Amino acid sequence: MSTLAPSTTEGPRLEREPAVEVRDLRKTFRRRDHSGGRFARKRPWPALDGITFTIARGECVAILGQNGSGKSTLVRLLSTLLLEDGGEARIFGHDAFRETSAIRRLVNRVSVEASFFKKMSAAENLSYAARFYGLTPRQTRAAVPEILARVGFPPERRRESMEHLSRGMQQKVALARALLTSPVLLLLDEPTTGLDPRSKLEVQDFIRQVRAEHDATILLCTHDLAEAETLAERVGILDRGRLLFLEPVAEVKRRFGVETLEAAFFAATGREFGAEDAEDDEYREVFA
Amino acid sequence: MSEYAVELRNQLVGLFGIVERNVYLTRRYILWDLAFMVWTIANTLTIVFIARAAHLPPARENTLATMLLVGATIWAFLGIIFEFMTETVAWERWEGTIEYTFMAPLSRLVHLVGQGAFAVLYGLIRAAILFVVVAAFIGIHAPHANYGAALALLALASLSFIGVGIMTSVLPLISPEKGAQLGFVAQGVMLVVSGVYYPVSVMPEWMQWLAKISPATYALRGDRASIVHGSGLAWADAWPLLIIAVVATPLGLAIFRAGERHAKRHGKLKRSG
Repeated sequence: MSTLAPSTTEGPRLEREPAVEVRDLRKTFRRRDHSGGRFARKRPWPALDGITFTIARGECVAILGQNGSGKSTLVRLLSTLLLEDGGEARIFGHDAFRETSAIRRLVNRVSVEASFFKKMSAAENLSYAARFYGLTPRQTRAAVPEILARVGFPPERRRESMEHLSRGMQQKVALARALLTSPVLLLLDEPTTGLDPRSKLEVQDFIRQVRAEHDATILLCTHDLAEAETLAERVGILDRGRLLFLEPVAEVKRRFGVETLEAAFFAATGREFGAEDAEDDEYREVFA
Repeated sequence: MSEYAVELRNQLVGLFGIVERNVYLTRRYILWDLAFMVWTIANTLTIVFIARAAHLPPARENTLATMLLVGATIWAFLGIIFEFMTETVAWERWEGTIEYTFMAPLSRLVHLVGQGAFAVLYGLIRAAILFVVVAAFIGIHAPHANYGAALALLALASLSFIGVGIMTSVLPLISPEKGAQLGFVAQGVMLVVSGVYYPVSVMPEWMQWLAKISPATYALRGDRASIVHGSGLAWADAWPLLIIAVVATPLGLAIFRAGERHAKRHGKLKRSG
């Protein structure tokens, strides 16, 4: 597979620095409170409320949380798509909000929405995305079929419009897009949500394969407890913008004296995992 | 290769990628574009037929028809540039790919100039087809036309048009629902003060001042002179276009960056719906 090697000055930094360092990171959105009527003032809504954690190079860390807990906001902040309201985030020593050019060479992301030009084929979408990372047509002619084969995408369908592909197929192309640029930090934001069980297992296998074969650090945000437990070395719970802990699964269970992560969530928050019908959660979900 | 050379190479490959993507998309929607071309031709005919209705001697009628056709062609050309530059951002936001474009290590200038470069190339092809079809339909004779000079001036004016297009392409970031349509406002305002179908001298004085800073004024004046009288590329038209281009592109980029910061501050890059 084609790889985009980090620049010569980047190499020693990648060896030396932690992959991700987040200190007291805060992000607040403002939204009009409809219960206050037409002329109600916008009120602040904290999506991330001072979270702190570190991820070592090569580690796979899962952040668990319900819809609206702040997972996607965290991923968007680390991938330079949002500006912070306070605190700091460093990726391999680079300031995530001020050294964005360096960050963009190191990071890629797979989100819950596959996000492609639906009228373009998988091959066209991948080639186009690869150009942004300096891959020429000659390079992508070989790399695109290779990466699609690795994610289990049928080769004969690579020239079909994305709109004709199933959700699972589209998600595989999204993984291929992220891997094509050989990121050293891969941000996975609910990569298997909405997939059928078979596609889900294939995607999870591929994530394991990427970890085994590449030197990638992975931050997996998910609300699938089993997925987090099988893929990650450490698991954290993000609840209403607050990171409650980030520890190895065995330690989490020991700390709360429970058998499952679901029970740990209940012990930590006093709420069932998956119970998100409260007005507060609905309100938060809009942004986070 | 030094790091700077590698970076320059990567940016050029990225620029090619933007143009390549727009070629793919245009190919997918080519039949819709042909339908839109029919509308543009019909619309241009409604304007050029005014020359026939003026009951002038044949030579003067031909000159008036040519003047109107040049105005309508530049209107269409400018429409394509603004539409492509603004709608592509709106489209990217709708598909959700804008987050991936903004995450990529591609400079914003290269990204936006890439969009502008394709728009100019595509706009020139459409403008040429429009001119030829309407001229043939109406029976316009332009025996002295200097098409080379007209094209060169349009290319020069395109540098400024891209700068203004960059300014308008920020609108879908600020208002995802209505921003793209506002691009047409910029197009209309620019052309109304530039003498699209009439001399600038017939407008109120304050509008004539605005005409001086509009690149379309010089494009229209120069192209009319080249096509009707066969004039070459006039320095009097070229230097204002160069100055406007030097100001418009960095200004457009600064405005786009401010819009991008606003979108990132308020979470407006995220697709909803």
